[in-house]
Amino acid sequence: MKKLILAILVTALPGFAVAAGGGIPLDSAPIDTGDRESQARGAQTYMQYCLGCHSLKYMRYNRMAEDLGLSDEQLKALMITSEKPGDTILNAMPTAQAEQWFGTKIPDLSLVARSRGSDWLYTYLRTFYADPKRPLGVNNLLFKDVGMPHVLWELQGLKNPVVTKNEHGQEVIERLDPGLPGQLSDAQYDQTVADLVNFLDYVGEPIKQKRERLGFWVLAFLVIFFGLSYALKKEYWRDVH
Amino acid sequence: MNALKNLVGWVDDRFPLMAMWNDHLAKYYAPKNFNFWYFFGSLALLVLVIQIVTGIFLAMHYKPSAAEAFNSVEYIMRDVEWGWLMRYLHSTGASAFFVVVYLHMFRGLLYGSYKQPRELIWILGMLIYLCLMAEAFFGYLLPWGQMSFWGAQVIISLFGAIPVVGEELAIWIRGDFVVSDATLNRFFSFHIILVPLILLGLVGAHILALHEVGSNNPDGVEIKKKKDENGIPLDGIPFHPYYTVKDIAGVAGFLILFSLILFYAPEMGGFFLEHPNFEPADPLKTPEHIAPVWYFTPYYAILRAVTIDIGPLDSKVLGVMAMGAATVIFFALPWLDRSPVKSIRYRGPLFKTALTIFVIVFFILGYLGTQPVTPLFTVMSQVCSVLYFLFFLLMPIYTKLDKTKPVPERVTFK
Repeated sequence: MKKLILAILVTALPGFAVAAGGGIPLDSAPIDTGDRESQARGAQTYMQYCLGCHSLKYMRYNRMAEDLGLSDEQLKALMITSEKPGDTILNAMPTAQAEQWFGTKIPDLSLVARSRGSDWLYTYLRTFYADPKRPLGVNNLLFKDVGMPHVLWELQGLKNPVVTKNEHGQEVIERLDPGLPGQLSDAQYDQTVADLVNFLDYVGEPIKQKRERLGFWVLAFLVIFFGLSYALKKEYWRDVH
Repeated sequence: MNALKNLVGWVDDRFPLMAMWNDHLAKYYAPKNFNFWYFFGSLALLVLVIQIVTGIFLAMHYKPSAAEAFNSVEYIMRDVEWGWLMRYLHSTGASAFFVVVYLHMFRGLLYGSYKQPRELIWILGMLIYLCLMAEAFFGYLLPWGQMSFWGAQVIISLFGAIPVVGEELAIWIRGDFVVSDATLNRFFSFHIILVPLILLGLVGAHILALHEVGSNNPDGVEIKKKKDENGIPLDGIPFHPYYTVKDIAGVAGFLILFSLILFYAPEMGGFFLEHPNFEPADPLKTPEHIAPVWYFTPYYAILRAVTIDIGPLDSKVLGVMAMGAATVIFFALPWLDRSPVKSIRYRGPLFKTALTIFVIVFFILGYLGTQPVTPLFTVMSQVCSVLYFLFFLLMPIYTKLDKTKPVPERVTFK
């Protein structure tokens, strides 16, 4: 028991200086909360490539359809793993086995845009590269030795790392060069990933757009209310000398 | 109108309704020279009400169980009508509470509001502050995210550092060997019943004590010393309507800032809602960097600043003691301050310098508490911790030596 507490304190109290695996700078994700079409495209990519492994257990199909303006037919086309529109977005991945296959728990991605951030996701999904030393043949610049395969490789293709030596003589990856070509150009791929990240950003907080719209009216009211209450104060305080 | 009068009369024969109204509002005479710093008392009361009301609604849908807590928070955010608003009001309110209370306490430092005859108001206020810290700490476990879990794990483990009884004490607090369902349940109980009850009692006592001795003011002049023929302080004005209308304007101004955060940055860049807390608690996965929420970080920095062992006490125990002392030392302020004047307006350069250094040090410590430990940061937090304590420990000396200015007979106004 003492050891456990000690271990927790030793690891927890000082914290660690290392950022979340790898220290590459994050690219800013070009996403727009109000762009529902981009999010709908992202939803399609998600259902096609991601849902097989990653559920969105806090997101309901019908809520998504309503918010993103999907028709019944469009929604039906997206409902690969479920039948009822009121269902949450789950999959059939057997949890225990999956952990054996990939060496780690497969996270649900409902809140990944809030815990990791959109920029992190946007960078992560664009920095996979071929690495024969890894069990699945790929590695990632941002998330070193990640257990996830490069699921979008047929879209992006597979990049080759260009390795150079830094001033300390360590091998570092300088950049990624085009290797095996994919179905999409780099610009198209970036757009696909941006759409996907925009979708995940929406899933992280479905209320976001409503919140920002409501905020405008609340603030407008408060500014008027402030003006009135200030005038009232002035009026009362005229007789204080 | 007549019926209303009769009703009030009926109640008044049985309950001191009008007497209370007069004592605390209509005939409570407050100094007329209150400035910006005097908004934060009423604002603290407002935030308290926001927290209680939103807390009631959150408790209707929240489930205090390790298996369901995280899910139920997301349920509130997604499926409960206006649940997201209640949750953001509550989470933003928690940080706003500390902002307001820190400013309220700083006002006390500026104008010597803790000095005789208001020592007890200050002590009650400090007890409120300690309660608030406990309330925030218990509440932070409830969403059952990674930071909730590991933050609680770290802080409760600190009790394990106390010699002899520490280990048993930590288990007693958790109700388990690790932070678990048992811990979550009791923290929920403390958060929604125990601490709010104490808090409300203390707030009542704080206000009663204030209205007994009367408010201080930016000049630190006792307005009760100069009264007119009716026994009303010459520099006093009835709290209602003068300060009620003024405070309404203050409330509006506060709500504008509050809403900007609430609607446009509820996470406040990870300061109000920490990013790792959007991952459910995982006892097997320690986050890379555990940092408390911003309002605890100055004390957390002091805790980590202690790196030496003294005799049988190791640095961990000493760190906990330093952290405890850093909060408790505020209680002694009325007796540490030997200055003949209250307000900073009439104090000399020594106090002004000391207070400036203290504020800067408090901010630096607050920043350091959010950062991972590096050798440089450790030295910085050690220097700042020493300065923090010197502000208090040297106070009897520098407040006595300080060259004060003469205090006017009446308050300055306009």
